[in-house]
Amino acid sequence: MDAIVAEDLRKRYRAVQALDGVSFAVREGEVFGLLGPNGAGKSTTVRVLTTLTRPDSGRAFVAGEDVVAHPARVRRSIGYVAQDSGVDWEATGRENLLLQGRIHGMSGSPLRARVDELLGFVGLEEAADRPARGYSGGMKRRLDIAIGLVHGPSVLFLDEPTTGLDPEARAAMWVEVERLAKEQSLTILLTTHYLEEADRLAERVAIVSRGRVVVEGRPDELKAGLRGESVTVELGDVDGQIEGAAEIVRRIEGVSEVVVDEQHVRTRVPNGAQAIPAILSALDSGGFPVASVTTARPSLDDVYLHYTGREFSSEDEEGAH
Amino acid sequence: MQTARQTGWMVVRQARNLMREPIWIAMMVIQPMLWLILYGQLFSKVTPLRAGAGSYVEFLTPGIVCMNAFFGGTWAGMAMISDLDRHVVDRFLAAPASRLAIVLSQVIRAGITAILQALILLVVGLALGVRVHGGFAGWVVVLAASFLLAMVFAGFSNGIALVLRREASMIATANFVGLPLMFLSSILVSVALMPGWIRAIARFNPVNWGVDAARNAVVVGGNWGSAMGHLGLLLAAAAATALFATWCFRSYQRSI
Repeated sequence: MDAIVAEDLRKRYRAVQALDGVSFAVREGEVFGLLGPNGAGKSTTVRVLTTLTRPDSGRAFVAGEDVVAHPARVRRSIGYVAQDSGVDWEATGRENLLLQGRIHGMSGSPLRARVDELLGFVGLEEAADRPARGYSGGMKRRLDIAIGLVHGPSVLFLDEPTTGLDPEARAAMWVEVERLAKEQSLTILLTTHYLEEADRLAERVAIVSRGRVVVEGRPDELKAGLRGESVTVELGDVDGQIEGAAEIVRRIEGVSEVVVDEQHVRTRVPNGAQAIPAILSALDSGGFPVASVTTARPSLDDVYLHYTGREFSSEDEEGAH
Repeated sequence: MQTARQTGWMVVRQARNLMREPIWIAMMVIQPMLWLILYGQLFSKVTPLRAGAGSYVEFLTPGIVCMNAFFGGTWAGMAMISDLDRHVVDRFLAAPASRLAIVLSQVIRAGITAILQALILLVVGLALGVRVHGGFAGWVVVLAASFLLAMVFAGFSNGIALVLRREASMIATANFVGLPLMFLSSILVSVALMPGWIRAIARFNPVNWGVDAARNAVVVGGNWGSAMGHLGLLLAAAAATALFATWCFRSYQRSI
């Protein structure tokens, strides 16, 4: 059975069509990533699935319940970790957890035991009785996750779990999420705008762009689906003529998806070893000195480019919600 | 039942968090005393103001109790905005938390704060020679008036907080509502001295319902029927504004 099903979700905020027909399904027990740039509609999707807001149209089911028709039932089976943390700063870690448990109708010694267990699970035993105001970003995030788990949900939503964390804390959070997926029998939906994060954590991803899911699948399948290699040419002195260089490369047979930034022309070819001499000689005779050439297997970046026609890193879509 | 339990735990949370703010406690204690002493001194020579009370301070004390309660109420939405900003509210809403409990916890916290401040004011008043003519019943009425007044305006303030969601807008609204309602009431001046049109408006001003009940209890020590009627109106108004705030969650959830 699917733990999460979204069918053609649409939602509009005044001038912004935040969701423009989002559909995907998450299997029970898997870690699923919604990957997309800021403003693509990931957080809005999560807010619909966690019953925080209602879609204008479309249907969604979480843990078998309709999020619009039976939000109260959905809330009992989900844990939600908001993008910017939902920790009460003035309360201690333990107090945060106890209150969340009580909201879920837990009480007495079973609740206290569960809170102790979770504090241990996320490694906050020592800080448990200090106000959360003094926690580091990574500690707050771990407390957030513990709060989301207190009632033993079957589906956990992690909205941008590592945004705002320094690289060290991010790496620690990745280990945490992997452990979570392994040790707790959970379906996890996480959103991220880091390609490498989706690549590392998610068994399957849906790439979201401008309010739609453009492709869904396992990261390795998506990458393998793009045959060939990506070739990146660094030019020496472009003098503002980079588009001219791109034009030259586009005319070469076999290349596709040519994109540029200040000094680089990137393209995808069926076979790098065969294509590079042609690319180099074409650029050379066009008066573009080449500084370096690299080839690589397609990344999720290339997958994104392939399905949206835009470069992932250049995207920061309008109207972030 | 679930709502009552959740309300209780959320009130505990708020009270505990406030107790960790020494500045807040100091302000809560000192501010009402400042009002009483400053206003009491400023107008003490103006005999007609006090309308038969033994002294202007005696006239003023129940008024300041009410002013303090309803000012406190109008600012109660700030705590909601802080919880919205920190996504604490979202976390509650994605869990099976009752919306009414979230509102009631804010409203009751405002009410309890108002009661504590009323007690402080009455004690300071006693030291300044105020006599509560209504005795024990008088004390109960004054505390009830402050509790209910704070709740009426806290409900309103929380509703506005859920709609506006910004501190600056909240501050503007609190000032816009607070000051006129103060001057359209008999907090500082007896009803008899008001111009007719203000007196007419004051009859429909919830602040004045509270002032009337509290002042009867302190200055007159009788007239209980009118006091009960006004407390009843305040209770109804408190229920109405709490429901209004709960309803405002719709607006909030549509916008996120």
